[in-house]
Amino acid sequence: MRILVVEDEPDLLRGLTRALRDEGYAVDTAANGDDGLYKATEVNYDAIVLDVMLPKLDGWTVLERLRESKKTPVLMLTARDRSADRVRGLDLGADDYLVKPFDLPELLARIRALIRRSASEVRTVISIGDVTINTASRTVARSGDVVALTAREYSLVEYLALHRGEVVTRTTLYEHLFDENDDTLSNLLDVHVSNVRKKLGHDFIATRRGHGYCIEA
Amino acid sequence: MIRLPRSIRWRLQLYYGLLLVAVLCGLGATAFHFERGRQLGRTDAELQTRVAALVDALRAVPGGGPEKRDVPSPKFTAEQAALFGGRDGYYFVIWMRGEKPLLASPNAPDEVPRPAKGASIPRMRGEFRESFLFAAPVDCLLVGRSVAGEQAEIRRFALVLLGAGAVVLGAGLLGGWWFTTRAIRPVEDIIATAEQISATDLSRRIRMDDTTSELGRLASVLNSTFSRLDAAFSQQAQFTADAAHELRTPVSVILTQTQSTLARERSADDYRETLEACQRAAQRMRRLVDSLLELARLDAGQEPLRRAECDLATIAADGIAHVRPLAEARGLAISAELSSAPVHADQERIAQVVTNLLGNAIEYNHDGGNIRVTTRLDGNFAVITVSNTGAGIPAAEIPHIFDRFRRVDGSRTSGHAGLGLAICKAIVAAHDGSIDVQSAADGETTFRVCFPV
Repeated sequence: MRILVVEDEPDLLRGLTRALRDEGYAVDTAANGDDGLYKATEVNYDAIVLDVMLPKLDGWTVLERLRESKKTPVLMLTARDRSADRVRGLDLGADDYLVKPFDLPELLARIRALIRRSASEVRTVISIGDVTINTASRTVARSGDVVALTAREYSLVEYLALHRGEVVTRTTLYEHLFDENDDTLSNLLDVHVSNVRKKLGHDFIATRRGHGYCIEA
Repeated sequence: MIRLPRSIRWRLQLYYGLLLVAVLCGLGATAFHFERGRQLGRTDAELQTRVAALVDALRAVPGGGPEKRDVPSPKFTAEQAALFGGRDGYYFVIWMRGEKPLLASPNAPDEVPRPAKGASIPRMRGEFRESFLFAAPVDCLLVGRSVAGEQAEIRRFALVLLGAGAVVLGAGLLGGWWFTTRAIRPVEDIIATAEQISATDLSRRIRMDDTTSELGRLASVLNSTFSRLDAAFSQQAQFTADAAHELRTPVSVILTQTQSTLARERSADDYRETLEACQRAAQRMRRLVDSLLELARLDAGQEPLRRAECDLATIAADGIAHVRPLAEARGLAISAELSSAPVHADQERIAQVVTNLLGNAIEYNHDGGNIRVTTRLDGNFAVITVSNTGAGIPAAEIPHIFDRFRRVDGSRTSGHAGLGLAICKAIVAAHDGSIDVQSAADGETTFRVCFPV
């Protein structure tokens, strides 16, 4: 899962980035509205955390222009908690709204919910064969036993599970599992897929040669 | 002690009622006395005629004289005799020496006491009105009449007066009530509106139909007071909201940093980084709190200015020396044209203004830009200007540039809360001075501060 954080306060940006990376997300950052809009338009993020008060372009404008081309889930962060502001944000196409100062666990839960909703998945537990994926606690169990996955491996499993029954291309997986700082030319993806197969069974992820990977529904 | 009712309407009604009663009593008493005096005067004149007639009749007795002790009955002419007795019931009593009457007319009441010498004439004795005379040939003669009829009449008259008075009083009180109600109604309106204003919101105003009467003027004075209160309250509310808003970001930093750090074991470097971020956030909050306190003190006028003779040129030179390292770090050139401009002012506060303006001139400059500072005397004003190159201020922002929490680009990266210029303005205003800004099209921005000398 790849997330863009647009926030102009450097310490807040660093804190958010670290927290999201700890959760296993690939995180891109932008420190102003211009940069944020550019990245949001160029990359298919799974969610965007967007501050309202930004230099160059404010959050409202970024959201408005982004919605012309993309429907990426957007969580607005703002220091204003008047309901008029919330209404405005939601009307402009924001998917959720959080007022500063916020609790980190709440922010993370809201991001998880955003990603679930955008994949039309209402439940937090997805069962595929003998494998159970809990998207709330970010854990995976096989036949009732918890399987230890790295953050990246979990992300791979979660992404494919949320899009189960679809063939997901390598490019899409790269886009959603690695952030702008990762070297996407490496064969890291193959390593992760192979590790997941070792842990959850070889047939758990099917390879469609020339197309990509798939988890059967 | 009787407590007067508090309501103005009741008091008005009470005073009005009392006044009406006093006027009616005065009128009634006057009418009563006038009528009674008229009646008595008529009777008295009749009595007087009869006294004279009686004297004449006594003197007409042959052989009668002052030396004669046994006076016979008076000799009335027919005309005189008609004056006594009869329907009107005039009677007479005559005394020689002693308390016992010598002679009395048949219709005289029993036991008419002899009047004392020097008593006022005529006298009122019960229902009898009596006039008397100490004259020869007798010792004392008295003529009287029952005035019971007149007294009854005057009592009826008094009753009529009372009745009429009561009717007038009742009508007057009713009219007064109606009148005071009408007069008080605008006051009630004002009270009702004022209550709603205090209870709900400050945007309501008293409805005014008539702006020229006293109450109309009161209403318009209240309305303008409400307007000022409204403005002050919304300004205060905005200020509080802005202050809270400014605090939200550093608090978010501290929460996010600590929560993400504490979620798992971290390296020493991670902990250090987190602590540094928290420190920066705390310092930002401290700056904000300091500025807020400073503004609050300036607003309340709590800290009196410590005015002394000082020179804007010296203060400016000190300020430039203070910020020069900062400016040089950004490659900014500072030029100064400082001619002596002595003012009677609080040197420390003026220095604060200058430092603030210089800080802005550095912050909003572009790298390698210029800052120019001038001081001079201009007529009755000591003037200091601080100009800088840079992006300039959009024309639309200029009217709000001195507002609290106002920042041109809407960002927070600088860590300033946007209170610096507001503080400058408050300090300058405390010195009865003025501050303004001009931003040229080429991006040169000039702040000018004038102090009266």
